[in-house]
Amino acid sequence: MSEPIAYGPARLLPGEQIRISTNPDTQPFWEAAKAHRLTVCQCAKCGHMRMPPSACCPECSATEKAWPTLPGTGTVFTYVVCQKNPVTGEPYVYVPVVVEVDGGGGTRLNANVTGCNAEDVHIGMRVAVEWTPIQDGWVLPNFRKA
Amino acid sequence: MVWANQDKCAIVGVGATDYYVRGKSWPRTVNEMACEAILKACDDAGISIRDVDGFAYYSTAGAGYLDKFDTGSLIETLGMPHISYTATLTAGGGGVAGAIGLATAGLMNEDAKYVVTVMALQQLPQNRFGVLGVSSVPTPENSFLKPAGLVGPGYSVSMLTRRHMHLYGTTQDAFGEIVMATRANTHNRPKAIRKEPLTKEQYDASVLLSDPLRRLDFCLETDGAVAVITTTTERAKDCRNKPALVHACAHGGQREWGRAFSWMGMPDPWFASSGHKFTADRVWAQSGLTAKDIDVALLYDHFSPMVLMQLEDYGFCEQGEGNDYVLAGKVRYDPVTRKGVNGGTPVNTHGGNLNEAYIIGMTHVVEAVEQVRGTAINQVADCEFALASGGPATIPVSSLILRSA
Repeated sequence: MSEPIAYGPARLLPGEQIRISTNPDTQPFWEAAKAHRLTVCQCAKCGHMRMPPSACCPECSATEKAWPTLPGTGTVFTYVVCQKNPVTGEPYVYVPVVVEVDGGGGTRLNANVTGCNAEDVHIGMRVAVEWTPIQDGWVLPNFRKA
Repeated sequence: MVWANQDKCAIVGVGATDYYVRGKSWPRTVNEMACEAILKACDDAGISIRDVDGFAYYSTAGAGYLDKFDTGSLIETLGMPHISYTATLTAGGGGVAGAIGLATAGLMNEDAKYVVTVMALQQLPQNRFGVLGVSSVPTPENSFLKPAGLVGPGYSVSMLTRRHMHLYGTTQDAFGEIVMATRANTHNRPKAIRKEPLTKEQYDASVLLSDPLRRLDFCLETDGAVAVITTTTERAKDCRNKPALVHACAHGGQREWGRAFSWMGMPDPWFASSGHKFTADRVWAQSGLTAKDIDVALLYDHFSPMVLMQLEDYGFCEQGEGNDYVLAGKVRYDPVTRKGVNGGTPVNTHGGNLNEAYIIGMTHVVEAVEQVRGTAINQVADCEFALASGGPATIPVSSLILRSA
């Protein structure tokens, strides 16, 4: 095994190079993010939570959706350390994380984490949402070490 | 319950082009390479292209990532008189082993007599797989994944790998051993792209593209084409070479795996797995076999940790024990005894996607055929059963057991 690498600060990918698209199933999630409100898709009938938002509930098949306000905190489920900006190819340390969100019924978000060195990110680390403006006026939920 | 169609069909022909480093096959066209592979497979089977009347594709009939196979165009190009079966499995490379089951379905339904399964791949700069994710606007669904900067599947597989390391203490040394052990199988293969022996020092010096994975944990990017022909075992008697009997074949997957690392919502223990437990259990049920009965395992190795996780899902070892299994040398092939090492089953005797060539899994099917024929370059002694798998990715994944006739 090689020695642990001192990567240095974990940075968020620049918002101006990130695009998303939406459809009627997913748009309420992104509208909430624009208002800096973290939500996940919840079945309005049986309460089951799912991500990404999809046409119908996998538990009860209902199409009605609720968008509860979550506390905006969570736990790192797993992560990867990357060293290159994927668009420009320049050296750029960023850490994609899978975050299990508090109050989200086990649902997860894929994001970047900041507020610590990349080599200090670990599974189980507590994080809080950090809002990143991206293209077309949308806002992306990223995370910061809590 | 034994599969009703067990041993009733067989792969009777295999054909392949040379393998080229990504982009180097130009100015050949992807169709020209596909046709060469198909015609070579016909020749190997001892049949005419005019006898072929079926296609069973996978990867949504993709020829690589942007090009598509079109059966109308292929029969026009190859002068085939008619087609009575043309079908594909959905999604991507996960279906490669299952495409042989799709061929079997057409044959057993008497839709066709000789069915081709083909993959051709040409990654010119504009349609390189790893670049597609960066340049394209994400769909509404993968807008929940791509903004995190997971550039390609290797980055996403690193997420599963990290979780496996966390849950079970799996080490990067095991991934290195998989790369080195399968590299040791290519020195005598004229068409292999990576043939030089690999040391642990060289592996450790390979750049961490997406920590915990290094460049050498990622498979090759290759151009080329591979085709195989499946027919009924009855017709196979008239073919040129020894048939490879389709003993069991399954594709699919379970809800907990779903879109897998395009989703990241898999609950433990499925998250840190290859997603193959479902199809593995199906082929074991179809055949009555277990991992212990398999003489050689051709496991889809787009990324080295997925070999380790498949060893667990197929039951070569328990889940969480892949690290120790691999580090005990049990994926190695011993050219002296022509058997496994330390009680293990030889894995990827052809060098796999990591070392020989990456034609989206078709080389694994070819190696399975050659092993049960007894004609493989790194022949396993007394090889009766060969297992081939389709890439751990979004459903379907797939499993195939070939039997020596």
